[in-house]
Amino acid sequence: MKEIKNINTKEIIEQSKIKSYKNDVKKTPYMDYVFNVSPKSSHFKNLFWAYFVGGLICALGQIIIDLLVQNGIEDKVASVFASCILVALAACATGLGIYDKLGRFAGAGSTVPITGFSNAMVAPAIEFRSEGMIYGLGAKMFTVAGPVVVNGVVISCAIAIIHLLLGV
Amino acid sequence: MQKQMGKQTLVFNNVFVKEGFSVAGPKEKHGLLGDCFDFCLDDDKFGEKSFEKAECKMFKFAIDGVLNKANLQPDQIETMLGGDLLNQIVSVSFAMRAYNSSFLGLYNACGTFAESLLVGSCLIDGGYKNNIVCISGSHFSTAERQYRYPLELGVLRSPVTQWTATGSGASILSKDKMGAICQITKGVAGRVVDLGIKDVNNMGAAMAPAACDTIVQFFNDTNEKIQNYDAVFTGDLGKLGKKILTDLLKDNDLCFEDKLFDCGAMLYKQEQQTFQGGSGAACSAIVFNSFILNKFKEKQYKKILLAGTGALLSPLTSFQGESVPCIAHCLEVCSCC
Amino acid sequence: MLLNIAKAFLMGGFICMLGQLVINFTHLTNGKILVMFLIIGAILQGFGLYQPLIDVFGAGASVPISGFGCSLVNGALDGIRAEGFFGAIKGGLQATAPGIATAIIFGYINALLFRPRTKKK
Repeated sequence: MKEIKNINTKEIIEQSKIKSYKNDVKKTPYMDYVFNVSPKSSHFKNLFWAYFVGGLICALGQIIIDLLVQNGIEDKVASVFASCILVALAACATGLGIYDKLGRFAGAGSTVPITGFSNAMVAPAIEFRSEGMIYGLGAKMFTVAGPVVVNGVVISCAIAIIHLLLGV
Repeated sequence: MQKQMGKQTLVFNNVFVKEGFSVAGPKEKHGLLGDCFDFCLDDDKFGEKSFEKAECKMFKFAIDGVLNKANLQPDQIETMLGGDLLNQIVSVSFAMRAYNSSFLGLYNACGTFAESLLVGSCLIDGGYKNNIVCISGSHFSTAERQYRYPLELGVLRSPVTQWTATGSGASILSKDKMGAICQITKGVAGRVVDLGIKDVNNMGAAMAPAACDTIVQFFNDTNEKIQNYDAVFTGDLGKLGKKILTDLLKDNDLCFEDKLFDCGAMLYKQEQQTFQGGSGAACSAIVFNSFILNKFKEKQYKKILLAGTGALLSPLTSFQGESVPCIAHCLEVCSCC
Repeated sequence: MLLNIAKAFLMGGFICMLGQLVINFTHLTNGKILVMFLIIGAILQGFGLYQPLIDVFGAGASVPISGFGCSLVNGALDGIRAEGFFGAIKGGLQATAPGIATAIIFGYINALLFRPRTKKK
């Protein structure tokens, strides 16, 4: 932790107090102070594990694709099929309680691949099953991953329409 | 008799802590204070179907435990005070179905235990009640899914995060001095302080100014000297929050040095990977009812301060971009004689 | 085949590392990271820039969620060519339906089979 000298925190606090009910303060001096004293995540370690785990998941995807192609499945279909297999594997890993341990150190390495999307759907489904099959499992399945589908559909549709209008 | 000192400090004359009982989760059992707790769960679910039910059972267990320890019957308790971290403080409220005492549900997030002791002291010193049970606690798995992510979601935790402690603590307050362990003599109900921290992971930093505000107010009101206190306990600031609080207090000319402890930061061992230590209503509740009361029993403490801190946020407000308002309540606890 | 796997490892790792860089500096949550990379992938493919990456790096570019965004856009564009405006609406989901449906079905099965576990660390 960095030591900060010659700063009077009393003044910082006085200047930072939020009194109005409209909390539209972007930055207070106290936030800067806290930022300076807070421990930072270890960039090198985090980035290394994200690269390593993310790379492994993609490599696994490539192995599946290659195996499928060798068995006479068309390239494009193989790619979709491989994604589905990865999604299914990640769903099972989530159920078995492995995926959250992976995410603990891999960070984005386990979030950004399609397996992270699967994890984001399955984890709330398992978690909220206790609230019933409909409002629990059914509704909560999309709490984390729903925005991905929603934004994906909206943006793909928008891009397609722009292409249509521009006549590309 | 004098009931108030200065601006905010309340003075209590006849409030005694009769007995305390603490229930802690499996992770806390393996932590630094593992041996102090009266009862430890081996399994988070406590033989129940859901974590919420387990939390509810934990509260019942703590109340029954403390009544048993103090040799009191449930109908000798006139009122129970308490709360937990869940929406609409369901866990404590549901646990109250088993008792005939009147119940006041309180919520100040992680500072609920200090709040319940404060309200309880007022009721007893005002002469309204004779015996009161104060209870508070939290459960990692229920808090995690309400405030953060589902348990099975793989996320990298930021190094400023704390770990919500599992456990519940119950104390009996009484106006009867017989067999009491210690006495609550003063209390400060805190003000809400918000310095604009929006990072919901960094609760320690958000709560430290509130704790500072209340502790400074206490010393201003009472003109007490730091030397008279054996220890000052804060609720769940964690290691980072404790460090910030030390800095803040230093600039207010209050220097506790090694007398400042944080209930959250003292729960876990380094290798348990909780980063900044524990958080949650359980921290102050279980530490007070085990570690602190034991010290009083062993006559190692004569006078301490307990400042329970709470971050008053909900997931909704943080999604709306609000900062985290915080509060702290402070109590002075003395040995009886 | 080994070359393919190595390429996938390098590219996939690189995209994930970019994600981790964003997390390290902004502390964005999981959901936001997923949406961000999805949109980046979709916009790149809107300019026709993402498919070449997939052609070169294979799974290294298609497995990250940006590849999912790319296939959404590809689907929508294919839909336009086949059916015009109506295709733009249904094309995206059509192309990605296998992935989403697999996640739903396996999520459902797993939710029936398993209970949430408390974390130890």
